[in-house]
Amino acid sequence: METVKHVLVYGYGNPGRQDDALGNEMVLKIQDWLDEHHLRCMATDSNYQLNIEDAEKISQYDIVVFIDASKEEIHEYKFEKLTPQEDKVEFTMHAVSPSYVLHLSKKLFNKQPQAYILGIKGYEWELQEGLTDNAKLNLEQAFQFLCRQLAGWALIKKNLPIGMLSEDKC
Amino acid sequence: MPKKITIEPVTRVEGHGKVTIQIDDFGNVKDSRLHIVEFRGFERFVQGRPYWEAPVLVQRLCGICPVSHHLAAAKALDVIVGAGTGYGLTAVGEKMRRLMHYGQFFQSHVLHFFHLSSPDFLFGIDGDPALRNIVGVAQENRELAVQGVMMRKYGQEIIYHTAGKKIHGTGAIPGGINKNLSLEEKELLLNGADPLNADKMVEWSVAALDFFKSYHAANKDMVDTFAAYPSNHLSLVREDGALDIYHGVLRAVDNDGTIILDDVDYQDYDKYIEEEVRNWSYMKFPYLKHLGKEKGWYRVGPLSRLNTCDFIPSPLAQKEFELFKAYTNGKPNGMSLHYHWARLIEVLHCAEMIRDLLKDPDLQNDDLVVKGEKLHKGVGVIEAPRGTLFHHYEIDDDDKITLANLIVSTTNNNQPMNTAVNLTAKAFMNGKPEITEPMMNAVEVAIRAYDPCLSCATHALGQMPLEMTIVDGNNNIIDNKIK
Repeated sequence: METVKHVLVYGYGNPGRQDDALGNEMVLKIQDWLDEHHLRCMATDSNYQLNIEDAEKISQYDIVVFIDASKEEIHEYKFEKLTPQEDKVEFTMHAVSPSYVLHLSKKLFNKQPQAYILGIKGYEWELQEGLTDNAKLNLEQAFQFLCRQLAGWALIKKNLPIGMLSEDKC
Repeated sequence: MPKKITIEPVTRVEGHGKVTIQIDDFGNVKDSRLHIVEFRGFERFVQGRPYWEAPVLVQRLCGICPVSHHLAAAKALDVIVGAGTGYGLTAVGEKMRRLMHYGQFFQSHVLHFFHLSSPDFLFGIDGDPALRNIVGVAQENRELAVQGVMMRKYGQEIIYHTAGKKIHGTGAIPGGINKNLSLEEKELLLNGADPLNADKMVEWSVAALDFFKSYHAANKDMVDTFAAYPSNHLSLVREDGALDIYHGVLRAVDNDGTIILDDVDYQDYDKYIEEEVRNWSYMKFPYLKHLGKEKGWYRVGPLSRLNTCDFIPSPLAQKEFELFKAYTNGKPNGMSLHYHWARLIEVLHCAEMIRDLLKDPDLQNDDLVVKGEKLHKGVGVIEAPRGTLFHHYEIDDDDKITLANLIVSTTNNNQPMNTAVNLTAKAFMNGKPEITEPMMNAVEVAIRAYDPCLSCATHALGQMPLEMTIVDGNNNIIDNKIK
């Protein structure tokens, strides 16, 4: 029987633009970690950017963590709870913000998952593949943090220590 | 003292556009310019790379229409590997690419209409800015908003199953494709659980067109006169004159419908099209060489495609096309807001083509690639959602790219968008004492009709919002607004 998915880790960015791939890279690492710990109630996904159809996707989960590269003046990463927010339409807006996706989910599908944004600091955005060395360090820090967070949610779900997590206990 | 008004969205790393409107001492619009910073570094970036990497590399350019770049590059490389142009592929090769392309068109047009344009139709140009988005649409017509989201999702599913990946798809390769469509995938896309199936998409496409036509009937004056102007139009058409967004010959017509570029082979595009550089814009201004800079510029995109083609080869869209043509007595249509009408007719056409292609057993064939005698030059042209897209590559004896030239759809529409902005600015801003939200939105509506893409290839957190600046004749800032 297919396991019901409760948590979605959703990274986005253009992997052809250096550190813009931080969200996509995190998803690859998290998927390996989920497989290793048999956390089948958690899912991952990634894309170039968020768009309106993601409202339908996130409406199917209890918890969603969006992961994006950040150009803001932050340390290695920042993790914040999201609240639904309306965006104004600009004349060429073809991507939308995670807060707006959350807002759409509530308005169109009557579902509002608990949602967070994990922004990981990036530095270079040229037409190349591969993260910069500093971005890799930030990714690792953010990865350690997110694993602890996901493990915490798994424990809340079943009240079990992380070492006892297995396929049927998530 | 003359004022200069600047509407400037500071967007992504490479994408950047702003509108400058210059006003004289009497408050009348003196001049206007749409500036778009187009990313041109890609053409240098691919030099020295093996040619077979191009269809994947070009997707780094843009997260909005990567499929269009992917397919245009693949078509150019078909020529280089000796597979010919357009019709040289195997049946499964051409049809899988077409399916991918129709999926891309469908989802792109749907996003534009439901997310960017329908709020203007529902609430008007002077409507509450807080409502002019798909959430506002949902409050007014929830069913329409949900349909928009699910249609978009369906288009994305088509791309995923044809390109093989969500990001940097590899479906099209020089000389063909690298996967066919499995029977399971066919069943999922053709007869998937409601609403994600082909018949529902056709049904909803008809409904979206009806929505537009109702709005048009109730607001004819505005829709027909807003940024309406005569121009030339250019697009690919199939050799028999049919609308064909994947392959064909280049045709251009003037405002009377006279053919001014007569179905030429796009391998020779540089014999017919020139790009002008102007000192105030980073983006070039293409024009038809034989008509010159002043008279040779043209529009591209949905409106132009319906102005150049003779018919649409799918029955429901053809009926709508006949209504569309009858509205201007068969003459080319120059009304900017009719881009939306044309766009929705194309949505219906794509839905019909997707449905019919999914029933075609050729999609399960295994002969994926053809190759022939290698050439050193190839040009690929495709109709991207926003208009005609040119990719031109040349390679050396070591298979390395020595030259790349791209003319993207938004560049082709550079002069038309400038013309639309100018007309709108004069209509809405002349003699008005101050800049209002509806005035700014009117300018945006004019640009939005052309669905420009500003090469937003990255989108990291920390972007700045739309900014408007007013400066006087000496470029002193009088006012600055964040929108």
